[in-house]
Amino acid sequence: MIDKTTWFDICPLSDIPKNTGVCADFNGQQVAIFHLNLTQGCHQNGQGSAVKAVDNFDPFARANILSRGLITETDQAYFVASPLLKQQFCLDSGLCQQDESISIATYQARIADGVVQLRA
Amino acid sequence: MSINNSDKQKIVVVGNGMVGHHFIDQLVKNGGGDYQIVTFAEESRLAYDRVMLTSYFTGNTADDLALTTPDAYDEQGVEYHVNQQVVGIDRGAKTVETASGDIISYDKLVLSTGSFPFVPPVPGKDQPHIHVYRTLDDLDQIAESAQSSKIGVVIGGGLLGLEAANAIKQLGLTTHVVEFAPRLMAVQLDQGGGDLLRQKIEALGVSVHTEKNTLEIVAGQDCRYRMNFADGSFLETDIIVFSAGIRPQDHLARINDITLGERGGIAIDDQCVTSDPDIYAIGECALWDNKIFGLIAPGYAMAKAAVSHLTGGDKTFKGADMSTKLKLLGVEVASIGDAHGNTPKSQSYSFIDSATGVYKKIVMSRDGKILLGAVLVGDSNDYGQWLQLALNSIELSHPPEYLLLPAMDGEMSSAGTGIDALPPAAQICSCYDVSKQALCDAVAGGAHDIAALKSCTEAGTGCGGCVPLVTQVLNSELAKLGVSVDHSLCRHFEYSRAELFDIVRVKKIKTFEGLISECGQGDGCEICKPVAASMFASLWNDHVLNDELVGLQDTNDNFLGNMQKDGTYSIVPRIPAGEITPEHLILIGEIAKEYNLYTKITGGQRIDLFGAQLHQLPPIWQRLVDAGLETGHAYGKSLRTVKSCVGNNWCRYGVQDSTGMAIILENRYRGVRSPHKVKMAVSGCARECAEAQSKDFGVIATDNGWNLYVAGNGGMRPRHGDLFASDIDDQTLLRYIDIIFMFYVRTADRLQRTSVWMENLEGGLDYLKEVVINDKLSINDELLAQMAHLKDTYQCEWKTTIEDPQKLKRFSHFINSDKADDNVTFITVRDQINPSDKFALATEL
Repeated sequence: MIDKTTWFDICPLSDIPKNTGVCADFNGQQVAIFHLNLTQGCHQNGQGSAVKAVDNFDPFARANILSRGLITETDQAYFVASPLLKQQFCLDSGLCQQDESISIATYQARIADGVVQLRA
Repeated sequence: MSINNSDKQKIVVVGNGMVGHHFIDQLVKNGGGDYQIVTFAEESRLAYDRVMLTSYFTGNTADDLALTTPDAYDEQGVEYHVNQQVVGIDRGAKTVETASGDIISYDKLVLSTGSFPFVPPVPGKDQPHIHVYRTLDDLDQIAESAQSSKIGVVIGGGLLGLEAANAIKQLGLTTHVVEFAPRLMAVQLDQGGGDLLRQKIEALGVSVHTEKNTLEIVAGQDCRYRMNFADGSFLETDIIVFSAGIRPQDHLARINDITLGERGGIAIDDQCVTSDPDIYAIGECALWDNKIFGLIAPGYAMAKAAVSHLTGGDKTFKGADMSTKLKLLGVEVASIGDAHGNTPKSQSYSFIDSATGVYKKIVMSRDGKILLGAVLVGDSNDYGQWLQLALNSIELSHPPEYLLLPAMDGEMSSAGTGIDALPPAAQICSCYDVSKQALCDAVAGGAHDIAALKSCTEAGTGCGGCVPLVTQVLNSELAKLGVSVDHSLCRHFEYSRAELFDIVRVKKIKTFEGLISECGQGDGCEICKPVAASMFASLWNDHVLNDELVGLQDTNDNFLGNMQKDGTYSIVPRIPAGEITPEHLILIGEIAKEYNLYTKITGGQRIDLFGAQLHQLPPIWQRLVDAGLETGHAYGKSLRTVKSCVGNNWCRYGVQDSTGMAIILENRYRGVRSPHKVKMAVSGCARECAEAQSKDFGVIATDNGWNLYVAGNGGMRPRHGDLFASDIDDQTLLRYIDIIFMFYVRTADRLQRTSVWMENLEGGLDYLKEVVINDKLSINDELLAQMAHLKDTYQCEWKTTIEDPQKLKRFSHFINSDKADDNVTFITVRDQINPSDKFALATEL
């Protein structure tokens, strides 16, 4: 049974170059974690580093590749663009920008003492 | 050959020159399948571009000049006979007879027999090495004569004569022009213009002799021939080319009692119908209102009028403007309307700048308000604007001298001579008869850039002289439609890529944060991030996976490999010019076998290994790098490969070492990031086995060096490269490519290939030559230094990556586990792996 209250350590934040993603094995689930480094300070997360986590599986390309996508910003919302077919998924809601009937799972992520942690 | 179908009207077209072909082309397009078309060509080839004849000596082949092909005619159902002269017409029986005795019936006959060169009856004219200048066969003969000659003379200093002189000069002979009149181009230019043209041409090493009447051609002392002139002087030469004007080829009409003009030419009416209602005449053989029209645009207009009459339309031929603009021996010359001031009480104004060699003359109406004619030598930039003023009788709002003075800020634009002053019916493109209205309609219909406008109206795709005007129409219409011409790259930058490039270059910006804070907003997107990455790479050449840059890279650059549909990557080591040792070939094979990779030879003469997973990339590259191979940048918007044939090392036709040159080019430009991918090729002879003309940069060997073609493209929108320079040596070749490549990198839009870049470049190929060859913008030193910097700072991106543990951390599927992605599975197809999905299965037949 998945523990929904405990935070699990994944990797040091320094393992994720800023504004890129990695894929984590999280209880057998592939999760894409992104290290946002915000320059504008107008985002709810404020200036500096933040982490976001969504499914690594791209429902259009049917491949585990979203962690290798480019991070994009529209009106202070952040998305990952699929490296294969370029659909964009919101990192907060998991909603696909091009097709709102499609969304991917999101996960809670945080930085604790320089360590990236996930919670289901 | 087409089937004789009695339902169809049978149209016989005698003569397959440019105009005859245009008639056929228009009839096929407008007549549907209602006509059976038969055409006879006296020459050995179907129609070719006679206007561009001289380019035959500067690299264009007969195929390049061809306007159609046997295959195209076959496809259109056009029956054609080459090397077949029509010698007779039986107007009663409505048949024609060919030289070989065939009789062919017609319902309608079209005479497009063109003209023949006039050779004055000079004693001694019928000897070897004395030529005329009209057909490709003539040019072949002139080239053959040139091989045993040192000096060449062209008799005739008109437009065609100067073209011929250019050709003789291209062949490497000492060149003379002999003219009967007191000046060059006597028909188009006045004395002032003719004098300046003479000065400029003589400065290029061509001797001009005016007021010379050739009495006889006799054997020479130092040369093959001696020409004796009426004034007692003489000139020795090895070759003579007569270019003393043309005469209409009206023989067929003459022997069949079709009405001719007093001095020849087949008389036609506004529908191009001759005195026989079933016979049309078009082009240079036709006489309308007692005038022969020796230019291509009126010929095309006649062809259109004849087709219109035949198909029940109402288009007529009402004469044509004989204004011309051309470049003779590199000198710009233009003549508009009444260039000689023959209109009663007209007034002339002229402007001479002897420092730069510019002559301009305008002929104005009596009140000084309407431009009637003009002459331009040395600088014909005003041609398009002035032609419109004259053709449309637009009243000038300023005194006429304002037209002649160099433009002053803002002053001229308010002179009422702008594009908006032109009436909708004004013809902007004379080659394809495109009116201003047609352009406006196209803009309203969505053609919002010059390339789109060209492709949907054909304007500017002939001689190209009207492109500046077409651009003005475009900009003016866009402004009227309220379409602000927005060059913003994306929502984060209100600048075009070219503008951003200058900002990055001048302010020496090296990070995306730096660029955003300098001139952008927000945190970037899938458009601006890869553009920034590309610009930083083109300017500073830092490793693309450096911490500050890695988050900007698009899919393939991001992991230095081409991501395939299942998330695996393909691996392409560089194999310069496709030359590879057996050892490297074996190594690549061993790696493919060990890692079970799908192997395929690419179109760029190298080997692609598919199906490698992220974590397999570093060990595979380690082995490739250890063996001396390097990354092929197949993943980058950068130089891909330089394709080549085997060249004169092995091939019995090769004239240069194409493989050697391809290796030099590939090693010089490897890794250079650009707005889009760049492909090159080098062919060792004119057979062009490397298909260089379909590349961004194509190099073709000649006996004397290299021909450089630029902005070719294969793919979706194939485009033949434009011939940029001929017979250049190795150093010049590299210099030109350095400059053009960097100029493209600086000025192109995002993801714009060189072909589209060239089509959108205002001034086109000529402008590019000005920039590169004459350093018009004074930036060549900077561009060369930039390219040298990229060459000096080149690194194999994979070698650097496998030496850096920090960079290697990213090459693992999981950050917190050594496991591989279990979603990646393969099936076997034709003895190799394939992604195991339904698409791959479908290929098993």
